[in-house]
Amino acid sequence: MLPALIALHVAVAVVLPPLAVRLGPRVFLVAAVPLLATAGWALLQLPGILDGRPATASVPWAPELGLVLDFRLDALALTMVALISGIGSLIFVYAAWYFSASERALGRLAAMMVLFSASMLGVVVTDNLLALYVFWELTTVCSFVLIGHSDHRENSRRAAIQALITTAGFGLLMLIGFLLLGQAAGTYRISELVADPPTGPLVPLAVVLVLAGAFAKSAQVPLHYWLPAAMVAPTPVSAYLHAATMVKGGVYLVARLAPGFADTGPWLPLVLSFGLATMVVGAWRAMRQDDGKLLLAYGTVSQLGFLTVLAGAGTPISGIAVVAMLLAHGFFKSTLFLAVGVIDHQVGTRTMSRLSGVGRRMPVLATAAAVAAGSMAGLPPLLGFVAKEADFEVYLPGHHPALSVAGSSAVLLVLALGSVLTFGYSARLWWGSFTTKAEVAERRYPSAGPAFLAPVVLLAAACLLPGLAPSLVDPLAQAHAATMPHAAAPDYHLALWHGFSLPLLLSVAVTAAGLVLFANRERFYRLQSAAPRWPDAEVAYHLFVHAVYSTALGVTRRLQTGSLPLYLTVILGTLLVVPGGWFVWSLASSGLHVPMSGGDWRLWDTPVQLVLALVVGVSAIAAVREERRFPALLLLGATGFGMCGIFVVHGAPDLALTLILVETLTMIILIFVLRRLPARFASGARRVGWPRRLTAVVCALAGIFVAGVLAASTYARSLPPASVGYWEEAEHAGSANLVNLILADFRAMDTIGEITVLVTAAVAVASLVVANRRTGGENGGDEGNGAAKPVMARNEPVIGREGHETSTGGGHGSG
Amino acid sequence: MAQDDERVPAVPGPPDDWEAPRERWLSTVVRPAFGPRSMLLEVVARMLIPAILVFSVYLLVAGHNRPGGGFAGGLVASMAFVLRYVAGGRYELAAGIPARPPVILALGLLLSGGTAGAPLLFGEPILRTHTWHFELPVFGEVHLLSALFFEIGVYLIVVGLVLSVVAALGARMEAEEEETRAWGEGEVR
Repeated sequence: MLPALIALHVAVAVVLPPLAVRLGPRVFLVAAVPLLATAGWALLQLPGILDGRPATASVPWAPELGLVLDFRLDALALTMVALISGIGSLIFVYAAWYFSASERALGRLAAMMVLFSASMLGVVVTDNLLALYVFWELTTVCSFVLIGHSDHRENSRRAAIQALITTAGFGLLMLIGFLLLGQAAGTYRISELVADPPTGPLVPLAVVLVLAGAFAKSAQVPLHYWLPAAMVAPTPVSAYLHAATMVKGGVYLVARLAPGFADTGPWLPLVLSFGLATMVVGAWRAMRQDDGKLLLAYGTVSQLGFLTVLAGAGTPISGIAVVAMLLAHGFFKSTLFLAVGVIDHQVGTRTMSRLSGVGRRMPVLATAAAVAAGSMAGLPPLLGFVAKEADFEVYLPGHHPALSVAGSSAVLLVLALGSVLTFGYSARLWWGSFTTKAEVAERRYPSAGPAFLAPVVLLAAACLLPGLAPSLVDPLAQAHAATMPHAAAPDYHLALWHGFSLPLLLSVAVTAAGLVLFANRERFYRLQSAAPRWPDAEVAYHLFVHAVYSTALGVTRRLQTGSLPLYLTVILGTLLVVPGGWFVWSLASSGLHVPMSGGDWRLWDTPVQLVLALVVGVSAIAAVREERRFPALLLLGATGFGMCGIFVVHGAPDLALTLILVETLTMIILIFVLRRLPARFASGARRVGWPRRLTAVVCALAGIFVAGVLAASTYARSLPPASVGYWEEAEHAGSANLVNLILADFRAMDTIGEITVLVTAAVAVASLVVANRRTGGENGGDEGNGAAKPVMARNEPVIGREGHETSTGGGHGSG
Repeated sequence: MAQDDERVPAVPGPPDDWEAPRERWLSTVVRPAFGPRSMLLEVVARMLIPAILVFSVYLLVAGHNRPGGGFAGGLVASMAFVLRYVAGGRYELAAGIPARPPVILALGLLLSGGTAGAPLLFGEPILRTHTWHFELPVFGEVHLLSALFFEIGVYLIVVGLVLSVVAALGARMEAEEEETRAWGEGEVR
């Protein structure tokens, strides 16, 4: 059923663009259908999953190679499906009212969002590392297209490319990690890998590589820069991809692998250091933002760090905490994104310093946003509070087996600091967006319709209800926790009230500190402005991109100089250094045995061969020494025809026939070209001095190398010739021409490839003609065109010569 | 001429140009690719081109048992077109080719690819060769290999490729030179 659902997404995505022409933005309602179907189906699987029986499916892909696509829907995957399909369908409904009918490329936007939904579904339900990688990169590609939705704006395109390079680049590292893991374990099935984690010297390296990919996807410091930049995308896209689902991909991967790999050396230090740093840096940055969407983006960065710390712990309680926090974050962050989107849509700005009185005009929206912001800040009785209690529980001293009391306390302290800042920016967002400020003039704007607000209100309800009744979420969290190792887990359930405990104390302290922070926010902003800006990996990104460009330019400038002798020297030099070096080495080390005397060496089979060799040799030397182009070409042809003669003497009439024809045609075509060139080689074009000697040496060595290899290779045969069996086959086929039979029958597949190359070459030639035609047209009239100038310069001698011959343009020839 | 006609009354007899040849050696007004017109070359082209084309078909068919095949046959056939171009110039070439080079290329690839893929339709492996035996009135017993259609495709592709190159390097450059010449002369005046 799972592959069928993914296929349903793709099928719907295909029909969306034509539908969008007719339906306009309401096409998103159609787009929501596959998501709703998936959510409904997942709900039906819930009882089985809660009993610890994940829904599975498998599609044979290439059974001969043992490649089977396994799908597996367990508690963690179901949590993600709730975000992808559940929240996703609400965001799609919202999008149906968010976009105006005049929005460009609506069909593409809707189709890409559904395709993204399919890929993200694939990421969380596949049970194969390689398939996970493929789906993972599909989400990256969808994200690239969606961030660059306004492709006529430069900053949009730049943000899209930045996100693509950052996440896909580190995704390649992750792929290497996957391959190392799969090779070490002998299986690519995630469930088997986690149940029986491989050991070996390469496994820690593999873990580091996989974490690098996960961190880039989940925007961990210092790779977080792409996420705020990605906010140029339309708000529904930001809410869906860059808050609720895609950025959770990294967290999902960490949570998926944690049960098996949390004990591996570098895992916990990496997860804790990067996660905690991200949580604090993101929250600190969020406090500085004036744009509501950017504030939420940095808030998302911070929360992703938080989630990484939780997901990486790998203890049963962390399993509970991660499921609760994934859901809580998905609900409150998408509510807030959509709410900011509503403000942006109705008021025309989302800059908080220019908003006033929005809460009074749109009380429903303000209430929904208040619930979500409260959940984000961790206030009871909301899901965010319940989740945060569980989160603190994970790192209570003694609860994590690998951490000392001091270590746990330090982690708790940083988590609390991050939570205080989270409280601060949550309050800042709601306060800035909805309150009435005396110093800001209120704008006039239409109020939002009920259909537009409904998804926001529903999502806000999802922040509230599981908080009031944690038993709605608890079974799912317990089901995921049951998959964790360390079975002797303290009995913990999600609840509003656990009695007077350390987590409650921490929550109270965080709330109090948050209130103090918010009361003194002006002083805090001044402190922030005074603090130095942290160095940012975005600088490294720009340096990297710049370095790639300048290196490419430098290499091109040095290698593509337009000098044919230089190109040939490089090609022949490579031939001499790489295969030539190997050849000399294997001769010297006797790896290649060539009997110099006593072998089958003969001067010639017939004296005719000597005559032909003389013809070839003499005409080749003469061609090199010839100063005029046309005779040089004829001499070159003579070497070719001499070769034909050698083929005939050796009894290869087919080869000789073909070579004669090719040789003739080549000469004729070269004559066409020669018309455009001066009759003599210009004195400047010939190399003199050392370059000339170098050319001679390189050419001579290349010739010696080819002759030597040919001589040696006749002795290097270790297997019978491939053509031996062909004779019988040829008789069977009733053909006497073996060469032709090979071309048209035995190896006809090769011939197909070759004729395809021929056709491609011909099409390329035709394209060049078309391209030339355009510049040719400019040639006549527009001399100032830079591109046309070299052509004109080349034409000059031709014109002069013509002038002399016909003696009509004498003035032009001399002038 | 007209004045002569008025003075001498019309005498029934053969028309003025009764002894003149009815057609040119080549089918267009000859503007050779290079150099002055060569009557000898034109005559040779007229005489040889049909023979060369027949020979190319012979090579194509004979490839099964003797030297030849689609590649060699295609090269020989394109040689005929090149000869026509050298003798008569680009208008002559355009008048002489059966279709534009891209069409020939496409037909060739279609034929080769179709022959290669056709066995798949009958549940056989790709490129499986079939032989048909039948009696023809003059030729006697003939056996026809499906590989021949493959060879015809190769033949067409080679012809198309050479024609493309000739059109690009020969005819196109010739036209450009003419343009440049016209422009240069205009400049002088």
